[in-house]
Amino acid sequence: MYQGRHPVTPDKKKNKVRDEIDANLKRVYSDALNEQVPDKLKDLLEELRRKEQQK
Amino acid sequence: MTAEPDPRDEIAEHLPSLRAFAMSLTRNSAAADDLVQETILKAWSKFDKFQPGTNLRAWLFTIQRNTFYSERRKRKREVPDPDGHFSRNLSEKPAHDARLAFGDFMTAFDSLSPEHREVLVLVGAEGFSYEEAAETMGVAIGTVKSRANRARVRLAELLNLGDGENVLAEVDGATLAVVNRGEASAA
Repeated sequence: MYQGRHPVTPDKKKNKVRDEIDANLKRVYSDALNEQVPDKLKDLLEELRRKEQQK
Repeated sequence: MTAEPDPRDEIAEHLPSLRAFAMSLTRNSAAADDLVQETILKAWSKFDKFQPGTNLRAWLFTIQRNTFYSERRKRKREVPDPDGHFSRNLSEKPAHDARLAFGDFMTAFDSLSPEHREVLVLVGAEGFSYEEAAETMGVAIGTVKSRANRARVRLAELLNLGDGENVLAEVDGATLAVVNRGEASAA
């Protein structure tokens, strides 16, 4: 039977799915945020700054 | 005597975010590092274009995503190589009741287009407003909203969460129509 826009499950489930997606999304991003920034990237900024000061 | 503070000193504070955003776009650590490096060099060389007092992170993100997409256009044919999640299969069991397994989520997230990962990360994880995301992505606010909705629908489909419309909260009829049209034209 076609249930269309009136699914058996109420809004509760919709919110649960969305909340889970959002929570996982935040976790993917915060995991990446917590990774150590490689030294070569910090060193690059340092080097650019040093060169700037020599100008 | 104190020197004028150089706003470029603040770039360092944004390195973790830049790298996390680069990971969201590339899904590969080596590629993410290269992208951040390229972003730093570009930002440094055109820092005079930055308006002091405006959002430096958003400005850096704009440079980074533009760099990413233009590189991607150049080597369109290369196959993406995410860090291992790509080959992993989704579990067969639908996650209706059980908590969504994080590994499954990662796999689904990896298989989204970079455009979808980008919008979800900006508005869903990094906490950009729709306005900031629109400016960063160089599109209209309405486009950000509809793209974010499409991305959620796609994720729900990949995760076997049933009817993708289930995840469309805060959507009015007009936006939903845009979303549906977008799906139809495979935008």
